[in-house]
Amino acid sequence: MTATVTGTADDVRTAVPAPVPARRRRRWRHRGAEAAWAYLLIAPTGLGLAVFYLWPVLQTGYFSFTEWGPFGGHEWVGLDNYRTLAADDEVLTALRNTVAYTLLGLLGIPLAVMFAALLNRPRLRGVSAYRALFFLPVVTMPVAVAMVWRWLYNGDYGLINYVLSLVGVEGPHWIADPATALYALVAVGIWTSLGYNIVIFLAGMQAIPREYYEAAAIDGAGALAQFRRITLPLLSPSLFFVSVLSVIGSLQLFDLVYVMGGSGQSARANPAFPRIQTVVHLFYDKAFYTNDRGYAAAIVMALLVLIVTLTAIQFRLQKRWVHYG
Amino acid sequence: MWKAVRVGAAAVLAAALAVTAAGCGSDEPAASDEKVTLSYAVWDKNQVPVMEEIAAAFTKDHPNITINVQLTPWADYWTKLRAAVTGGAAPDVFWMNGPNIQLYADNGVIMPLSDKIDRAKVDLTVYPKALVDLYTFEGKVYGLPKDFDTVGVWYNKELFDAAGVKYPADGWTWADFKAAAAKLTNPAKGVYAVGANLAGQEYYYNTIYQAGGNVISADGKKSGFDDPATIEGLRFWTDLIKNKQSPDLKTMTDTAPLQLFESGKLAMYWGGSWNVSEFGKNEYTKTRVDAAPLPTGVKQATIIHGLANVVSAKTKAPAQAWEFVKFLGSKPAADILGKKGPIPAYTGTQDAWLAANSQFKGKVFLDAVSYAVPYPVSRNTAAWNDEEFKQLTKAYTGEVGVEAAAKELATQMNALLAKE
Repeated sequence: MTATVTGTADDVRTAVPAPVPARRRRRWRHRGAEAAWAYLLIAPTGLGLAVFYLWPVLQTGYFSFTEWGPFGGHEWVGLDNYRTLAADDEVLTALRNTVAYTLLGLLGIPLAVMFAALLNRPRLRGVSAYRALFFLPVVTMPVAVAMVWRWLYNGDYGLINYVLSLVGVEGPHWIADPATALYALVAVGIWTSLGYNIVIFLAGMQAIPREYYEAAAIDGAGALAQFRRITLPLLSPSLFFVSVLSVIGSLQLFDLVYVMGGSGQSARANPAFPRIQTVVHLFYDKAFYTNDRGYAAAIVMALLVLIVTLTAIQFRLQKRWVHYG
Repeated sequence: MWKAVRVGAAAVLAAALAVTAAGCGSDEPAASDEKVTLSYAVWDKNQVPVMEEIAAAFTKDHPNITINVQLTPWADYWTKLRAAVTGGAAPDVFWMNGPNIQLYADNGVIMPLSDKIDRAKVDLTVYPKALVDLYTFEGKVYGLPKDFDTVGVWYNKELFDAAGVKYPADGWTWADFKAAAAKLTNPAKGVYAVGANLAGQEYYYNTIYQAGGNVISADGKKSGFDDPATIEGLRFWTDLIKNKQSPDLKTMTDTAPLQLFESGKLAMYWGGSWNVSEFGKNEYTKTRVDAAPLPTGVKQATIIHGLANVVSAKTKAPAQAWEFVKFLGSKPAADILGKKGPIPAYTGTQDAWLAANSQFKGKVFLDAVSYAVPYPVSRNTAAWNDEEFKQLTKAYTGEVGVEAAAKELATQMNALLAKE
């Protein structure tokens, strides 16, 4: 039972410019056969989506109207869970944390654009080596990443505070202090996704024809002006793609919180935990630790609504700033 | 958040009980040429080798039954087990503890063993009565006791010597403890007297009973957290944090008290008899630490608890699973356990445990049985245990006064108990 959001990533993909072949008029009698082939070819994927995404989503929707016994067995309770949810401080706090995390996580995008721009120089040596370096955190297991950062962030024996102590600064307990925990997690989140975003932006930048820059240079535009007037507008489809994915990813944050902040009993004893608990972690906690599966399903349905709403808003806004060359 | 299970679940439950009742008719051992593998779930990595050794001894007698010991770390054990039971994938035999026994028995998840015990003439008087009672629910026995444990103070001799403090001994009091704590704390070296871990069994449950308070009333209906004596038992720990004689929760979130103790940053560690294997193996502690009884408050008290082996109600091989549990509760199994594990529950096998851990004063934990208090439980212990962590965290960080937190906890706990 996982919170799944389907379709959004695919919709975004269509936002990335692709050459649209001119539609040839086909003779009518081929239509049926062609469509049948098309359906046959997408059937494996469609079936997978239906079984592993669509069905769990529908099931979760149904469960959100039920209450569970300690070892399975459930009964219909109507809107009870949603009523509880509307008045639950814990849910509100988790939502606030998640939104804060999402907004702060967007700071990773300008950072990625900057690195991509630095890498996108003609005749720069070892671009692929840099690319691989930046991409490493993306393909590393999130749990491993979180474990290593946990050690770095350790208030008493962590490397970060050791380095700070060399210059006479006493660092905080990064992930156990309510004042710093959220930012510490955001930093890891940004660090993890940076490589992926850089690769997307780099591809986007390399697709921009050089002639534009040459023409601009002849007209006397400096590097900054070129970046503002050519790179950014032409990169906007990639920017849009990355920001949509980043928002969805942030809203579904779980693994970092689970490993670095704790779970179950250890989370309860972490004074910073109320400041970093995300909606998905709360869902996990309710579903598997306190065994309130129906309520957990309701929490996740609320998250689904939030993600769909935010994504829809982003799609509406794209008309204003995304240019498809 | 916890709501009583209602009609629908009860119906499912009744059906499950009917099924188990029906399944109980035929537990004559199956044809002995049938090969069976039983899964056996445990949570202590230190005990995996000895459990495997016991399993091997069992397979030697029963060549057709193989035992697959599955380790799930304590932090996830109950979460995973509940999910497995719900999904119909429970292990055949598994470790059970006091806080969970009633919930599992009440919901028909584990098999009542009374009939089998009678038929096989298993003598229950070889186990401490408190443990047999702990695993008896509504007149039926659900598990055979495996081991028992009491709590004591593990102390670091090196740090005591360095601070010029006398080692703790029988009959020491809260006042002695507090005086020692003040001397042992050494901020310059980052050494604290003790880690006020947010845990009941090894920490605040003991001081609550030492202060003359209680966690739950004898009939299991009322919380004891609003009792002034109980609050004194909690204040014992919040004061240690306030006086900086214990690390705060932030530090203990980053680095667990056990790790701090094993790296010489804590002079004392309140732990159980089960820690012998951990401290006996650890390079640092093996020569530097020893055990002492808990200090006496208004009275002497230590929490006693023990595990039992239980059989899943849904096991495909009930006869074989029972055979294995019976063996686990036998003297030969206890003899193996005592040499390499915790204190075996089987009367008369404790000497092997003492001899095997002679580098530590293990007798401390056996002597404590005479004044031990059973681990406090009710029908749905986990629900109010969770509330404990939630409310007491605030008291430990100083966000809320200890009295206010304890009273709030009592209110929440009473509401949960009323729903049982």
